[in-house]
Amino acid sequence: MEALVAVAVGVLTGTGVFLLLRARTFPVLLGLTLLSYAVNLFLFASGRLVLASAPLTDLGLDSYPDPVPQALVLTAIVIGFGMTALLVVLALRALGDTGGDHVDGGER
Amino acid sequence: MTHLVILPILLPLVAGSVLLFGARLAQGARRALAFAATLALLPVALLLLERVHDGTQLVYALGDWAPPFGIVLVADRLAVVMLLLTAVVGVASLLYAAAGDDARGPQYHALFQFQLLGINGAFLTGDLFNLFVFFEVLLIASYALLLHGLGARRVAAAIHVVVLNLIGSALFLFAVGTLYGVTGTLNLADLARVMPLLGPDVAPLARSGALLLLGVFALKAALLPLGFWLPRAYAAATGATAALFAVLTKVGVYAVLRIYPLVFGEGAGEVANVAAAWVPPVALLTLAFGALGVLAAQTLRSMAGWMVVYSVGTLLVAVGLFTEAGYAAAVFYMAHSTLAIAAVFLLADLVAGQRATAGDRLDVADAIPHRVLLGGLFLITAVTVAGLPPLSGFVGKLMVLEAAQLAPGAVVNWSVLLIAALVVIVAVARAGSALFWRTVPGPADAATPRPDARAVGAVAGLLACLVGLVAWGGAATSFAWSTAGQLADPSGYVTAVLGPDAAAREQRRSLR
Repeated sequence: MEALVAVAVGVLTGTGVFLLLRARTFPVLLGLTLLSYAVNLFLFASGRLVLASAPLTDLGLDSYPDPVPQALVLTAIVIGFGMTALLVVLALRALGDTGGDHVDGGER
Repeated sequence: MTHLVILPILLPLVAGSVLLFGARLAQGARRALAFAATLALLPVALLLLERVHDGTQLVYALGDWAPPFGIVLVADRLAVVMLLLTAVVGVASLLYAAAGDDARGPQYHALFQFQLLGINGAFLTGDLFNLFVFFEVLLIASYALLLHGLGARRVAAAIHVVVLNLIGSALFLFAVGTLYGVTGTLNLADLARVMPLLGPDVAPLARSGALLLLGVFALKAALLPLGFWLPRAYAAATGATAALFAVLTKVGVYAVLRIYPLVFGEGAGEVANVAAAWVPPVALLTLAFGALGVLAAQTLRSMAGWMVVYSVGTLLVAVGLFTEAGYAAAVFYMAHSTLAIAAVFLLADLVAGQRATAGDRLDVADAIPHRVLLGGLFLITAVTVAGLPPLSGFVGKLMVLEAAQLAPGAVVNWSVLLIAALVVIVAVARAGSALFWRTVPGPADAATPRPDARAVGAVAGLLACLVGLVAWGGAATSFAWSTAGQLADPSGYVTAVLGPDAAAREQRRSLR
């Protein structure tokens, strides 16, 4: 399972970075979204992957999922969502104001 | 436990929320509320300063959850000095904005408060993840403030800033995840405690996490090669906003100064001094490039933007020594450069407003009206930023040079610092003569309205603080030295947060 998650994070990051390097705002936006998916998955895995155990610990249990990364991921998702929404609005505004969707403004 | 520690976060939070929902209030009422909330940060910071002056480190556990499980705020000398600087710059830029900038778009005052909330939170937090959260708060407010007043130039600059900082946030989270995966904690004091215990098998992971984090802070602080976005974006912002942004880059420097000596310092075992090989060369490059940028700038605003890069370079030369003398120089220079650069941005805006045709371009143009007033302000500012005696820039630069003298590579550090300083002096002198001397006769003083008293007052207030930094130079430098002493001895911070007995925490870790 570790390998699967690692490959998923890698593929998401790779495609995200590729899209980030495009010159139009929409692919860049998609790239950032993919990158934030990768980050969330990575953060989730940073508490170790645990299968088939209680969601909370009890004294005596030696295998339990770490609750902290779940809280971190939740925060990261919310913040990432807000930032993406802002960038969408900003990109649309740039399209209107500069007359193009190039990341440097205008139509190149 | 004193509740004073959380006030610098609560005050702007409450004021910002009220302002957000009070959008229908008259402009005067919003201004008064925003100004009162910002002004109140000054006494709070001063009270905190009085409390931490003797070396106390105030720890505030939110919800009284004991660290390292809960969230903590830590106010020590460095954090409080940064809070005080933020309050001073905040008051000055709000005063300047009240001269008219704040009416150019809706919700300026609410955004300004949220910006202060993010900055103050970043200085106070004792936790890596909350540092991320407060970074995001200050960033999202800064995006909106940058766009304030709109226009194609601002929108295009904002796209770069937003995309770059979103990439930075993703990297920050990767670093946080890596460090959490290795150590099982995000509390800075707890990280400092666990770091020396790491075995050689996981140490490379911790190192990569630490360096990834350094990359993120370098992006926030606009270090080369990640700093090219800054001059354009800051030059596009309105004057008052850009002045507040002078604190923003310092947040990145603060994070380096806070985290690397504490968590990855001398005593960190396998990951000790992880940043020491990277910070000095990058800082020197940034310094040199910043000075060239100042020389090459065509407008006063972009010159101020490059001065930010230049000052961050100087600061990190001092920080990158990772010695007590280096930290002391960094703390003093931080205070000086934040105030000075805020003054430059405000002054650039003031000058641009007075020159009808040329704006802030450094060209031959009609003689500037009110040149005695503006020229006088420019002279003091220029002397300060160029690091000439007798003002604080000189003291700061001297401290950096002295600190660098004791460290290896002193020849390189000294040459780059001194040549860059000379370049900046030339650039500032050239800008001054272009603005005030190389002119054709223009409209008489009486024909143009005097600059707004609030705007002039904001610049003069900042300059007065800079003069105060020299007039009470003995107290300021000795405070910088005691701050450096606190930074150089991380055990004090760890004990303050975790308590003298950290053994109880072992139980949890053994469960992992």
